[in-house]
Parts: sequence; structure tokens; C-alpha cells
Amino acid sequence: MATVAPTAPALDQQAEVSLSRVRASRSLRSDAWRQFRRNKMAMVGLGYLIFLSFVAIFAPAIAPNNPVQTDVRVAGKYRQAAWIENPNPAKSGTWDYPLGTDGIGRDVFSRLVYGTRISLVVGFIPMVVILLIGVPIGLAAGFAGGWLDNALMRLTDIVYAFPALLFFIIMQISLGDTGFGRLLNGLVLLFVTLSIVNWTGVARLVRGETLALKEKEFVEAARASGAGAGRLITRHILPNALGPIIVAGAFIVPGAIIAEAVLTYLGIGLRPDVNLNAPFPTSWGQMIQDGQKSYRNQSWILIAPSVAVALITLSFTFVGDGLRDALDPRENA
Amino acid sequence: MGGYAVRRLIGAVPLLLFVSAVVFALLQAAPGGPTGAYLRRGAGMNPEDLARLEEELGLNDPVYLQYGKWLGRVLQGDFGMAVTSRRPVGDEIMDRLPNTLYLMGTAWLVTLLLAIPIGVYSALRQYSKFDHAVTAFTFVGQSVPIFWLGLILILIFYLTLDNPVTGGPLLPSGGVKTLGADFSIRDRLVHLILPVTMLAAGWIAWYSRFLRASMLEVIHLDYVRTARAKGLRERAVVLRHAFRNAAIPLVTLMALDLPYLFSGALFAEVIFSWPGMGRLFFDAAGRRDYGILMAVTMITSALIILSNLLADMVYALLDPRIRLS
Repeated sequence: MATVAPTAPALDQQAEVSLSRVRASRSLRSDAWRQFRRNKMAMVGLGYLIFLSFVAIFAPAIAPNNPVQTDVRVAGKYRQAAWIENPNPAKSGTWDYPLGTDGIGRDVFSRLVYGTRISLVVGFIPMVVILLIGVPIGLAAGFAGGWLDNALMRLTDIVYAFPALLFFIIMQISLGDTGFGRLLNGLVLLFVTLSIVNWTGVARLVRGETLALKEKEFVEAARASGAGAGRLITRHILPNALGPIIVAGAFIVPGAIIAEAVLTYLGIGLRPDVNLNAPFPTSWGQMIQDGQKSYRNQSWILIAPSVAVALITLSFTFVGDGLRDALDPRENA
Repeated sequence: MGGYAVRRLIGAVPLLLFVSAVVFALLQAAPGGPTGAYLRRGAGMNPEDLARLEEELGLNDPVYLQYGKWLGRVLQGDFGMAVTSRRPVGDEIMDRLPNTLYLMGTAWLVTLLLAIPIGVYSALRQYSKFDHAVTAFTFVGQSVPIFWLGLILILIFYLTLDNPVTGGPLLPSGGVKTLGADFSIRDRLVHLILPVTMLAAGWIAWYSRFLRASMLEVIHLDYVRTARAKGLRERAVVLRHAFRNAAIPLVTLMALDLPYLFSGALFAEVIFSWPGMGRLFFDAAGRRDYGILMAVTMITSALIILSNLLADMVYALLDPRIRLS
């Protein structure tokens, strides 16, 4: 597990060179990091995501205007992007509003900046919840076997039989108008729904890994030297199953981000916020929905969030791919 | 294998019951209720009529009783009445089903015709320019939300580009056919172009990448080398020996993905105003039409379970090393 198989001819040579000399041993983590750094696209993706995290945290400092404020007299309705001239002074582009304004005079660029927050949160929180549910269940089912394994796997069968998208819509119409559904403009309900639907995949993956690892000699050896079940799981099985778990986690994030954008676009996701101090005033999905309606008047309301969604999901996909190559030397797809 | 299938099908019954109970309970928790639609639309219905309608629809019974009644009717093949149209839910679905199958079938066919050659060819020419281009395309295809592609297609081909002859939009933005026009194959095909492009693009990315990976796995195996060594033509080696084995996981994957065609259809149908099942479900959600919501959910859920079984059986059929137990 700790050795990384070379993936390309260039790496082959390097491996031979390093084998010919005695080299200091490297931990799995530093080995994986070396491998990850070689993947240019993954590094670009990671860099972009770090940049986005800064944008999300410092949104109030970066955004030139309040994303919710509607001061139509100054901002103008459908003011064009800064570099587009228009005979009407209320519509002509100005750098006060870099990407122009929408139909009620809100600054598109500021809304875009604040939208970063929802996309990151909506990607990360469900991932953490899914791993927290899926990993223990998979470990327990795989390690204990017997009736517990049967019961837990029946549970995943049940969840699997729910049509995900239809379930989303049903959750939204049944709980969307309750107090719970309104928490954080519907973000909490979205987290819960995404987590309910997606934990089974992780549970099955971890169960499979656990079943395979349980039979390995090193686990046998640890058991023979008197390690209890808890120690076997936390010290021997989980660390060795971590690679696939991390990769699965990295791929959950773009899925969740797309789900938010799609549901909100369909009008069943997040609800708009009119509070001037709201920490999560809008999402890119909402902007796409607005932008589609007003495309003929101001095209950037649609283009900017669309590009933003595409770039963030692309970055996560690159990072997930890089992690898979770095952590799972067997898979070289 | 017959016994295995029967056992799996029997095991599916409690699953379906559980799913239906959960969805039913969730829908009951929804505020408003089906009759709310009459109030919201200001249909001028007075309170007594409303109360009578609620009584008639059985909305005042306790939840478990309503569920029992619903289940009893469904077992007799009756999904109840659609609230707004006052027509049987079964009829509503049968009206829409052909449209969905027509759209999905076309998209499916286009996907297969393109994904298989792309996947095989990029595996044979690994690290070539073509392969790199395919990899780039599959990355973008997998990361970009599918509805976004639909919007862009509408922007380009409906809003921006004009038909040089008529001066109207180059391609229609929605519907199965031009309203009021006589039937013509050309008109039907023109309406298919945008939704099929949107659906197929995502699937092609996904399947061609998958097939490329499984071709690469197979192509370096000994039996392929043997086939080459005994002097078979490259065509025969690739198609008869390598592809056949590489396609097994693809077929399984496709069987597993069958129900997701339906989810994809929902986006496509909403964006392109396509009168199919997905659109029916989406509109019913807005009207709180529980009969339709329950029926479509249960049909899809049964489809998921069946495709799962199908995937396992197809896998066992194609790969003699697998034994079902």
C-alpha cells in the first residue's frame, strides 16, 4: 500500500534511479503528496479551490457592493457589464458594477462573490455528514458480518430504492414550507436530503474494503498479538481503507454542488434572501435562474454564474482524479 | 437462475412497501394539501363544496387508513384520480409515457452509436491527440451540470441563431412538434435535436470514459496477445476478442443506469417543455397532486430494483465465471 506504482514511462525511469540508491523511507502521506503534485491539473484545481475559499471567507471585503441592496436610482436596472457602452447612462457599463446589475439593481459581481459561499458549504457539509454516516456503518457491517451486516445492508438497499431526484422534490414540497425547511433559506433541508440519499454508496465501498482487509495477514497478525476489535478497526483497517474513502469524498462534493444548482434552478432548492446582512444571500443556481429570464436584457447574469459552477465542479473533479491516482496505485484508468 | 430471480423479486416487495409508506407519509406532512390548489387559484369554490370534496377524496381519514386504501387500490391496478384534471392517474401516465420513451430511446441510441467507437478508439490510441481530446471532453462533460448545457443550447440555437430561409429561430426551444402543424418526420426530428444533444453529451462522456478504461484493462492481457500472435487481423482481435470482454462491465453499468435515464429526462423535459413523465411529476409537485406523485415515484422505484436485478443477471449471463446464489 505504501509503495506507489509508476503510471507513465517517465516515472518508470525515475523509479529505477531511486531504486538504485538507498533512499530514506517516505510515509504514505508524503508519497501520495509527491504523486499528487505531479498531476498538473489536480494542482491547478486545488489552487483554484483555495482561491475560492479566500473569496468565500472575505466576501464582504471583496464585493464592491451589498449583494442584496437594490438602489435602482444609482445602480440602474440591467446595467451592462463595465466594458459595454450603452447610450442610456443608466445602462452603460461602469467599474462600480463590474458585471452590471440585475432587474432590481443588485450588483451581479457582488452576488457572484457571495454565491461562492453557498457552493462551497453545500459541497463540503454534506460530504462530511455522508462520510460520518457511511464510514462507521460500512466498517461495522464489514467487520462484524452476520446479522448486523445483513441488517445494515438491507437498510442501504432501502435507501438505494428511492429515486434520488424524485425524493428531493418530494422532500422539498413536503418540508420546504415548514420551519425546518426554512432554516438558512432551505440550506439545512438540502444538506439533510443530500446526505440521506448519498451515504449508501460510501457505506458499501467501506464495507467492501473492510471485508477484503479483514482477511489480510497483517490484520491476522495484529489479532494474534491480542488486539481487540476497536484497535483492529481504528489502527489497522480504517487507515488502509482511507485512500478510497478520501477519493469518494472528493467526488461527492461536485455532485452536491451540481445538485444545489439544479434544484435551485428548478425552483425547488434554496429560497432568495432579502436580508441585507444575510451571510448566504444568494447561490449560483439562483443567479442562473434569474439570468435565464433576463438573458436578452443583460447576458452576464447568466454567463457569470454558469462559468463559476462549471469551474468549481471541474476543479473538484480534477482534485478527485489526482487523489485517486495518488492514493490508489492499482487504479490507472 | 430463474429461482434466483424469483427470490430477488420476492425480496423487492417489502422494499417497495417501505418506499411507498415513507413517500406517502412525507406527502401527508406537506402543508397545503391537494385541495389547496382550488383555493390558491381562486376557483371560487365555497367552503362547503371544499369540505365535500375533501370528504369525497378521503382526505379527512387518518393517514394509515388513507395509506391502506391507496395500497388496496394500487394492488388492483388503480392509482386513483388526478386532482386537477379529474382523470385516472393511470391514463395521465399512459398519455405521457410514449413521449418519454421516444425522447430517451433516441438519446440512448445516439449515445451508444457514439460512445462505443469513441471509447474503443481512444483506448487503442492511448495518449494520442484524439485520446487527449476525448479525455478533456469527458472531464468537462462530467463536471458541467447537464441543465446548464441545455440552457446554452437554447441560447445559441433558439435565441441567437436564425434560420436563413424563414428568418425564425434556427431550432425550436421545446415541445415534441410544432403546435397546430401537420405531422412531418422532419418537424419531429428538428424538435429532438436540442434535448437529445443535451442528454447524450453527458452520457457519452461517462460511457466512453468507462469503456476506454475497461478496454485498456483487457487489451494488455495474454489472451489478446495470443489472438495477435496466431495472426488474426487487428479488426478481429479488437472486436471479437478485446471488445467483447471489455463490454461486459459496460452492459452492467447501462442496466444499472436505466432508472437514471428517467432523472435525466426530468431535467430535459422541464427545460425543453417536453410533455413526458418527468414533466408530469414536476407539474404535479407544484399542484400537490399526490396520486400522480405516488404513482410516478413507485414506478421509478420498481424500475430501480428491476434494473439492479437485470444488471446482476446480465452479468452472470455474459460472464460464465460469475455464479448467482
